[in-house]
Amino acid sequence: MREIGIDQLDDLARGAGILGTGGGGDPYVGKLLAREAIRRHGPVPVYDIGEVPPDATIVPVSGMGAPTVLLEKLPAGTEELTALRALEAVLGRRATHIVPIEIGGVNSMIPIAAAAQAGLPLVDGDAMGRAFPEAQMVLPTLIGVRNTPMALADDKGNTLVVNAVSNHWAERLARAACVQMGCQVSCADTVLRGDQLRDGLVPATLTLAEDLGRAVRLARAGHADPVAAALGVLGGVRLFTGKVVDVERRTTGGFARGRARLSAVRGETGTLELDFQNEHLLARRDGEIVATTPDLICVLDTDSGEPVTTESMRYGLRVTVIGVPCDPRWTTPEGLALAGPRYFGYDCDHRPLPAA
Amino acid sequence: MRIGIDVGGTNTDAALIGDDGQVLATVKSPTTEDVTGGVAAALAGLGATRVSAVMIGTTHFVNALVEAARLEPVAAVRLGLPATAALPPLVDWPDRLRAAVEGAVHLCRGGHEYDGTPISDPDPDELKRVAADIRERGLRSVAISSVFSPVSDASERRAAEILAAELGPDVHLSLSSEIGKVGLLARENATIVNAALRPLAERTVAAFGEALLRAGITAPLFLSQNDGTLMDVDHARRYPVATFASGPTNSMRGAAYLSGLTDCAVVDIGGTTSDVGILVGGFPREAAGEALVAEVRTNFRIPDVLSIGIGGGSIIAADGSAGPRSVGYRLTSEALVFGGGTLTATDLAVAAGRAEIGDLSRVAGIDPARPLALIAERVAEAVDRMRTSAAPLPVVLVGGGSILVEELPGFSDVRRPPHFEVANAVGAAIAQVGGEVDRVFSGPRETVLAEARAEAVTRAERAGARAGSVRIVDVEELPLAYLPGDSVRVRVKAVGDLDLDKLGEAGRHA
Repeated sequence: MREIGIDQLDDLARGAGILGTGGGGDPYVGKLLAREAIRRHGPVPVYDIGEVPPDATIVPVSGMGAPTVLLEKLPAGTEELTALRALEAVLGRRATHIVPIEIGGVNSMIPIAAAAQAGLPLVDGDAMGRAFPEAQMVLPTLIGVRNTPMALADDKGNTLVVNAVSNHWAERLARAACVQMGCQVSCADTVLRGDQLRDGLVPATLTLAEDLGRAVRLARAGHADPVAAALGVLGGVRLFTGKVVDVERRTTGGFARGRARLSAVRGETGTLELDFQNEHLLARRDGEIVATTPDLICVLDTDSGEPVTTESMRYGLRVTVIGVPCDPRWTTPEGLALAGPRYFGYDCDHRPLPAA
Repeated sequence: MRIGIDVGGTNTDAALIGDDGQVLATVKSPTTEDVTGGVAAALAGLGATRVSAVMIGTTHFVNALVEAARLEPVAAVRLGLPATAALPPLVDWPDRLRAAVEGAVHLCRGGHEYDGTPISDPDPDELKRVAADIRERGLRSVAISSVFSPVSDASERRAAEILAAELGPDVHLSLSSEIGKVGLLARENATIVNAALRPLAERTVAAFGEALLRAGITAPLFLSQNDGTLMDVDHARRYPVATFASGPTNSMRGAAYLSGLTDCAVVDIGGTTSDVGILVGGFPREAAGEALVAEVRTNFRIPDVLSIGIGGGSIIAADGSAGPRSVGYRLTSEALVFGGGTLTATDLAVAAGRAEIGDLSRVAGIDPARPLALIAERVAEAVDRMRTSAAPLPVVLVGGGSILVEELPGFSDVRRPPHFEVANAVGAAIAQVGGEVDRVFSGPRETVLAEARAEAVTRAERAGARAGSVRIVDVEELPLAYLPGDSVRVRVKAVGDLDLDKLGEAGRHA
């Protein structure tokens, strides 16, 4: 057991931003929520997966909606607990632990605030190992765990419990309700038992995010290469160092797609193209696919190591693109059906990252 | 003739511009503690009194924030309950500044959803209780913010009506919808900063006016805004925050004027930093995201400027690299050419024969070629980073430190215009007046755009622009999803030349 206090939040948010692979929402407001909750209720205990009793009830708490709305309509602060209590009411039992549903972006921070408010410990792990845009894109779906009942709560105290025939349907219904509720709600869903954690979670990702954020900060402070520091923690491969020379955004076939073209700098040759939707999903080097979802394609500012989101991609940015292998369960046929390139509308198969 | 003055942290620069647009005289004098002394000295240096207008750009207000001094305690009133309660106003401010600014914090009902539907209606009784508390605490400046006020400002205006009726005209009200964009904390922060500066703005604007009178000048006074347009004295009293980035804006606009270019990159090299900006249609490109000012997150409309640590006072390391450490204002005592013991970038420029200042013999043994080439490389990289397309881009160098650079690798058109050292004061003098529309329209696209353009032109003319000189410089359309009809948020900016013949009483300082 360890604790997350206020001092860890900056590193954790930076690391979570990188693991957001360009999406997941700016962790800034989430970080402030976690900070205020810890200030009021004290630091949050964090347990490794192996320390959780087999009969424990672990509930992921997260935010759903538009990150831009979260920046403007700040939460009431009651949403997380209201969603959790609504879920517990239909479950007929209380949660014993809270866990992040996704480690990438703002949803790494919401569960910290929720755990502090509920007086519950966190489990060190998450259900994606990165950021994905839809509620069914979680490892529990692969082991037959249902994301329903799914409880949603808004700032006004409205709650809604979704029951659905599949995890995909729950996503569809919840998304529609979320729009009616002001495009920003808290969710409690995808309940796990203690003995399901090994199969349902990517382990130790809270620790990973914090280590990652710290490594980048220390490298920068010591005038070392922050991208190398990030790779040292993540164990991925440097795909390209370049400069953004073109960004194109369009909507086709219901997908809001973007593509960024990078030209070489610093002894690099050739070009790299990045295809993105909410997250970076595909990287082509000189026309050849070198990385695809569900592997993590992280874009970092070459000098600072700070994550570059898909919204902030613009001409002139000096960035380094790194590829990080996803959890191996995502590259099974079932995993790829859920979050592989074809699900996102790309006519290609997943291919493993090049050797480092 | 008109006079432009730039009141910086170190120097107060002034330029006298003739009616034909020629720069007739320039002067640099040290900025004084009370600000007005430097202005008076600059005016005396120019010696002209029969001028038609005086334009002042100043960093005085942003400096007050950086120093956490001369600030008024503020009542922050936010409308949005039940939303937003988790993160009250001032939540992420540095302690020292918060202590100086926080008078009271009130969370109230009101505000809107992303689509303009109300979250809750403002409650007059609640706001009257807030007014009573403000009165009891003796607070004189109020910042009002509400959720999604850039989409609908109805809540803020309703609250302002009620508070104004309760508190009377001596209490200042600053509304977030008039100050910033979407992003509640950042917009609210900017509004609180504005509120905290209002009494200082009243005093400073009055003191500028007095300095003019004492110099025998009765011409109207204007202040430069962040976007390169002017505001009259009355506006400056109410929106001091609009001056925050006028320094870099004025130097960029001045560079455009002196070089005759409207689309170019501008590098302003001072003593400690080089600031790179991009001019589009004669105006600085604005930053998209949130800007940290004195550690406070804001979303002011400020020019997109990239600063690197290279200036005339930059210390040259043993490996030939420059900065970011600088001798700053001690240049004239610490640089080698001035008899000091520190090798600075200015010494390199003297050794290379690019400037004749100080004692050349003191840098005789120094080979400046490689370190100057490194400086040029880093400046070129900064310019390259700021450009938004691969098309050729002229570069204009201004500021006293621009003697460090003659060529930039990768850029074929690099110029240093005459009077480059007072480009900021020239920028203040030639500023135009603007009118802006930023609201939600509905109807067919062509009709909406025509309506918005006409409104922006009218506003610019009302603000003092000469009819016929006004043109549209920026149009932005943001379609709003999930709104009935074809609603679109349109932002149009129009600017024109100041018409000195139709200046109203509002423009006069006396």
